[in-house]
Amino acid sequence: MTETGASSHRVAGTDKDVLVKVENLQKYFPVQTTSLFRRNHDQVHAVDGVTLEVRRGETLGLVGETGCGKSTLARCIARLCDVSAGRVIFDGRDITSLTPRQMRPLRREMQIIFQDPYGSLNPRRRVGSIIGDPFALHGIADGAERKRKVQEVMELVGLKPEHFNRFPAEFSGGQRQRIGVARALALRPKLIICDEPVSALDVSIQAQIINLLVDLQREFNLTYIFIAHDLSVVRHVSDRVAVMYLGKVAELAPAEDLYQVPRHPYSNALLSAVPVPDPKKSSDRHQIILIGDVPSPIDPPAGCRFHPRCPKAQERCATEEPALASVLGDSAEHVTACHFPVEKGEDLSNTSRVSVPPSGSQTT
Amino acid sequence: MSLSPGDIVAIEKVGVSAGVPPPEGAAATVIEGRSPWRLAYERLRRDRASMISLGVIVLIILVAIFAPVVAAITGHGVYEQFRTTGLSPDGLPVSPSSHFLLGTDDQGRDILVRVAYGARISLIVGVVATLLEVVIGTVLGLAAGYFGKVVDTVIARVIDIVLSIPFLLFAISLVSISHPSLTIVIVVIGIFGWAAVARVVRGQVLSLREKEYIEAARALGAGPWRIMFIDILPNIVAPIIVYASLLIPVTIVIEASLSYLGVGVPPPTADWGTMISGAQQVYQQAWWYLLFPSAALLITTVAFNIFGDGLRDALDPRAEQIYK
Repeated sequence: MTETGASSHRVAGTDKDVLVKVENLQKYFPVQTTSLFRRNHDQVHAVDGVTLEVRRGETLGLVGETGCGKSTLARCIARLCDVSAGRVIFDGRDITSLTPRQMRPLRREMQIIFQDPYGSLNPRRRVGSIIGDPFALHGIADGAERKRKVQEVMELVGLKPEHFNRFPAEFSGGQRQRIGVARALALRPKLIICDEPVSALDVSIQAQIINLLVDLQREFNLTYIFIAHDLSVVRHVSDRVAVMYLGKVAELAPAEDLYQVPRHPYSNALLSAVPVPDPKKSSDRHQIILIGDVPSPIDPPAGCRFHPRCPKAQERCATEEPALASVLGDSAEHVTACHFPVEKGEDLSNTSRVSVPPSGSQTT
Repeated sequence: MSLSPGDIVAIEKVGVSAGVPPPEGAAATVIEGRSPWRLAYERLRRDRASMISLGVIVLIILVAIFAPVVAAITGHGVYEQFRTTGLSPDGLPVSPSSHFLLGTDDQGRDILVRVAYGARISLIVGVVATLLEVVIGTVLGLAAGYFGKVVDTVIARVIDIVLSIPFLLFAISLVSISHPSLTIVIVVIGIFGWAAVARVVRGQVLSLREKEYIEAARALGAGPWRIMFIDILPNIVAPIIVYASLLIPVTIVIEASLSYLGVGVPPPTADWGTMISGAQQVYQQAWWYLLFPSAALLITTVAFNIFGDGLRDALDPRAEQIYK
């Protein structure tokens, strides 16, 4: 305990208001594919050089398609898996190479809310003991004291404290997610990573959980990393949003900026895919239909990772990887990794794939 | 959404409780959750075959406990040889009569009393050896499944080796170099029986390890031992119990086999296997000497097997749906 306390005040050259700093983080998963005579040692580049900061008290949204590495990034930050390269600095302390045992005392300061409220609660344990786990594990409270604290947290997240003795199976999806929130909140951590916390819920319940998260953030000054693929949810809760594509950050901007003037063609495509509730408007707008699938993360495309599917791609995109920088006179807060960022009002739906033939074959 | 056993329990619970809404006032103070055990118990109660076999098992246990009472009522001790009343003039066992209800054996001892005492050995070995197997198997299976890598490789190899040793040959040679005794029989059975349990447990752990709630436990800062015994173990207790209940009859039969071969519990201790072995010499003249110990063994193992099956159906509702 003392070790944590001392080190959390040691600010290793970072800004005081930065809680998490991720530097050039890489996470590769080895995959073995055995063909008849040969064994290939390939690697999935799940997260491939991500640099970002999470500031105290803010909500950083992480959006992107399935498999773009957002959950892996979160797991690396929480050190639930090892990091292949790069650094993770949490509260001024480099946690990149801490062993699981060394991580344990730090766990009370960062918590995770999981996606599946059915899978994330042990079906054989009573709710009281599930929410009591954090108190028990970190030696905070015992016996009646623990029970009181658990019931306090249950009340806080809108559960009936009397349901202390029930099993997860006796709750609905939304209530189960509240249990997950209670468990994460129990020790008042500094950081809560929300890994698609509402994706598995009904729309009406989604709103309740989102509002609960927002209220709790305000009350306890929490910092969230909010992962989702639902852009409207992310917009609602996030201060800043990072758009990820194939293990890299494509664009990082304050939420309103990103939704008003998305610079990266991929961000544009993602935003244009958001369904519009008004059918009239919906038929009027120009939707950008991306061609092809996300390339394999085992062998990601050279240059800009998005170039094989990008409507604006030029030859340069296939060779030179764009760096994250503010473009077209954006503020320093709004950074985009693109050689040919999208101007405001530019219509991408018509430029679809005229400039460059599919990746690699630029002979014509 | 994927269904886990817990969900099915939930669905079933809704089905059960839908007809009877709980009284409003009762819900206000303390709400006791209906545990999966409670639900399994209710399912088990409804299964007639299980309840009958449970009754038989209880009866056998009572007989074992009160074997001295049986001896007292008949007035015949376990080791007592009735050379005049218990043997015919030409030295053969006497048939069942009002004096010897189940007849006598070739030494003129009361078979009823000896069968009652034999139940003690069978149950002690059955329960203790099974417990030993289950404890060793569960711990090693948990470790292999959860830690993986080198630990798993080593334990999996040991399991393979243990399962490939011819058990009876090994047991006979082991017991012949040391003195046969009840303890040795239990230890030998335990040493050979755990591997199957470990294999079952390991398989279960391998699938549970990937569950999100295990990751949640790690994210909370739980260590490996806590995760294994507090988060994983409760989820595999059901299959372990089922497996154990089916191991008990197997163990009882193995013990009887060892005794039958003369390497089990040494005479003159009353033991079903030893009795069956002794009856072989005279069964053409004294069928009762062979029949009653065999019947006791058969009834015991059948009762445990049926009860184990019922337990499995009660604890794992999914299996029930597949079979029906």
